[in-house]
Amino acid sequence: MLSIPCPWCGDRDETEFRYGGEAEVAYPADPDAVDDPAWREYLFVRANPKGWFKERWVHTAGCRQWFTVHRHTVTYEIRDPQPIGEGAR
Amino acid sequence: MTTALDRRRSPLAVVSDRLAATGSADTVTFAERPFRVQLEVRAGAMLRPGVLDDALGLHPPAEVGTVARRRERHVLCLAPSWWLVTDEPEREPRLECALAELVRTAGGIDVSAVDVSAQRTTIDVAGPSARDVLAHGCSLDLHPSAFTVDSCAQTTLAKAQVVLQQLDDAPTYRVHVRASFADYLAHWLLDAATEYVH
Ligand SMILES: [Zn+2]
Repeated sequence: MLSIPCPWCGDRDETEFRYGGEAEVAYPADPDAVDDPAWREYLFVRANPKGWFKERWVHTAGCRQWFTVHRHTVTYEIRDPQPIGEGAR
Repeated sequence: MTTALDRRRSPLAVVSDRLAATGSADTVTFAERPFRVQLEVRAGAMLRPGVLDDALGLHPPAEVGTVARRRERHVLCLAPSWWLVTDEPEREPRLECALAELVRTAGGIDVSAVDVSAQRTTIDVAGPSARDVLAHGCSLDLHPSAFTVDSCAQTTLAKAQVVLQQLDDAPTYRVHVRASFADYLAHWLLDAATEYVH
């Protein structure tokens, strides 16, 4: 099991979290101007690196805040937890 | 006159006798604390500093996982700008009214206070074996070096979502559990305590 460092609660078991996918995938600035292939790209296409990957997690069973971490997809090393969203202060 | 307050039953009414009869002061004891007042307060940076202090009668802690207390009133910091305020059972909604007044004066901007008293009930788990009993179903490090008096945490206990709080060095832990999970968790606690109380 992963031990994930919540920026507010510290290290907690993976079972307390939900995964939120790749971080920093920007919502289209002008959604009406986006055609189908671009929507598909936005919705479904994600980086799938072998190595460091920046991703979002939410601490559902704890403080319920969203944050980002860098996770190494080979070693599962996790570092640099950062707050995101409105709750981040 | 019998009021609705006199007729209410806690989610643990059916098991409270068993909880009370289990264990001893030199092992572990359980006690339900039913009907405590509970409010969830959220307030952001736009709220004038000190306004919450006046309404609550004490300063809400800013650090997630810590508790401020004055007598029976406990203010638990659950997340940034998010507190659970608990107090002894009251017949009139005094605390709720004070906070409603605060929300009114703040114009409802960046602050909310919601009565969640019926959402959870409360079980105190105390005694030298309390930590071991909880550790059977909780992945938090409850060692005094990591979790101590006036620490609190939202976490899972036996897969039930709880708010855990340490009251004293006995140690006494306070478990706030959703009403719908209370019966399950009480039975789980009784089961987990078996090896310590016999
Ligand atoms: Zn957290």
